[in-house]
Amino acid sequence: MIISVASGKGGTGKTTVATNMALALGEKVELLDCDVEEPNAHLFLKPQITRTEKVETPIPLIDLEKCTACRKCSDICRFNAIAVVGKKVLVFPELCHSCGGCMVVCPEKAIVETGRELGTISYGHRNGIRFINGRLRVGEAMSPPLIRKVRAAADPERVTIIDAPPGTSCPVIAAMNGADFILMVTEPTPFGLHDLRLAVGAVRVLGIPCGLVVNRSDIGDQKVFAYAESEGLPILMTIPFDRRIAEIYSRGKAIVEEMPEWKERFVDLYRKIEALATSRSGASQCVK
Amino acid sequence: MREIVIISGKGGTGKTSLTAAFASLAENFVLCDADVDAADLHLLMQPATRHRSDFMGGSKAVINSALCTGCGTCIELCRFGGINDRFQVDAIRCEGCGVCVDLCPVQAIDFQVQRCGEWFISDTRFGPMVHARLGIAEENSGKLVSLIRKESRQLAEERGHDLIITDGPPGIGCPVIASVGGATVLVIITEPTVSGIHDMERVVDLASHFKVTGMVCVNKFDLNLEMTEAIEQLARKRNVALLGRVPFDPVFTRSMVEGKNIFEYGEQTATQEQVRVIWKKIIRSPSMNPLGIVDFKATIQ
Repeated sequence: MIISVASGKGGTGKTTVATNMALALGEKVELLDCDVEEPNAHLFLKPQITRTEKVETPIPLIDLEKCTACRKCSDICRFNAIAVVGKKVLVFPELCHSCGGCMVVCPEKAIVETGRELGTISYGHRNGIRFINGRLRVGEAMSPPLIRKVRAAADPERVTIIDAPPGTSCPVIAAMNGADFILMVTEPTPFGLHDLRLAVGAVRVLGIPCGLVVNRSDIGDQKVFAYAESEGLPILMTIPFDRRIAEIYSRGKAIVEEMPEWKERFVDLYRKIEALATSRSGASQCVK
Repeated sequence: MREIVIISGKGGTGKTSLTAAFASLAENFVLCDADVDAADLHLLMQPATRHRSDFMGGSKAVINSALCTGCGTCIELCRFGGINDRFQVDAIRCEGCGVCVDLCPVQAIDFQVQRCGEWFISDTRFGPMVHARLGIAEENSGKLVSLIRKESRQLAEERGHDLIITDGPPGIGCPVIASVGGATVLVIITEPTVSGIHDMERVVDLASHFKVTGMVCVNKFDLNLEMTEAIEQLARKRNVALLGRVPFDPVFTRSMVEGKNIFEYGEQTATQEQVRVIWKKIIRSPSMNPLGIVDFKATIQ
């Protein structure tokens, strides 16, 4: 079972929900931090990191001895990552999408592949909870390939909880595609609702059942509740604004550990997700 | 032309609310919303659209089943798992590289340009605004950001404005990189939480990677004073100017609900004065006035 925790708007509490649900469920789960641009889950889960490895994406390396400057490579490249100037071939590594087209079309077999560092992936654990996170290299623009690498490391035997990045574009899609359930964390403000609508639109493109957590549920204008009702989106949990929770979060602590009454609520949240993800009616909730 | 880009790393620290507040304090400027995949600034600006254009992004492969011989070349070549064994393209996985299009032995694959979103030039009560909407689940957000920043610059030149205020996206990836290149200063809005400080540090790294001056403002500073001090210490260590502190003030949410910024909401709070001081620090900073000239136009005249 793969649960992806997403939101549209940033700062609504994705990481809070993902880490607390993981800690409440304990041993049978794994937490994948797929917000690779700004990974934060480790700050709250505090896992023991056992291994960190570099992740690269292939980019072309031209053998100028063999190259005849025929321009076939620059012609096929849709990303302007190769330019032929006179007899010289220039590669712009940061523009390359690693499609391998240049290598296939080169008649002289003058192109081999080297790597561009996307970032790192770390593996660790805490109280039997398996933890994996991706960390995009500063200056690297493409996060989806790194997110896909983090996803590929998932253990199918466990309940996988994914902490997704904010937004609605390709990085979020990479963190949601193929999940069994999308848990949307929102807040009842105009910004929260506006971005939630976009995010729900993205989930519907993927056709995955979803439900809501309304964080800081007593601030703002409450319009999100009417929206959820009209769209048939189940509200699985509400978290009222509580300065204690804000302070616990600010110090990097887990709510389920500092306020134990929340543990059962997060276990209950998981039970609701499980029921919705496996039932037919649940599956229809978000797939309009 | 000077451009202030407001970013944060972490989402939800108050970029858009503060951008909207700055709009009340600035003069002769163009507003630009570069958070194209979750744009919110228009909710506070109620822009009246004067011009709308489609944003044509990358292309996607489409297999013409009448011509396809099922040879499997495309499946073999595609590195993104974008074609299934029934020779259908998964639009979500298709990277738009066109390798299958070029190398299909019977030219059975079309490469159709996608409409990835739309962008607008609008009027607001603060002046012109350039903003966009990326299509849901679309790619090329960086390309769209570059486009609307270019349009903002052009519009500012046409109108004789010498300032652009850009509300940036969260993170440090593609759309953020497209937002920071060529900016005059980056105003980094952070919050006193472990994630706020962690994410701010990555944004400061990004600013120095692209050699743009960064300045830090701590929003909701009173949620955790110790953490606020740690942020300020880090800023000093990294040689990033400190703009000041903004308290955790429910007036931000209340004015958002009314579609206003905190100056328009009509409630006098100490927060307004603090935001005013921060704005003055930004606009009078040496980075914004490279020759020590605060009002360039007045000086030339």
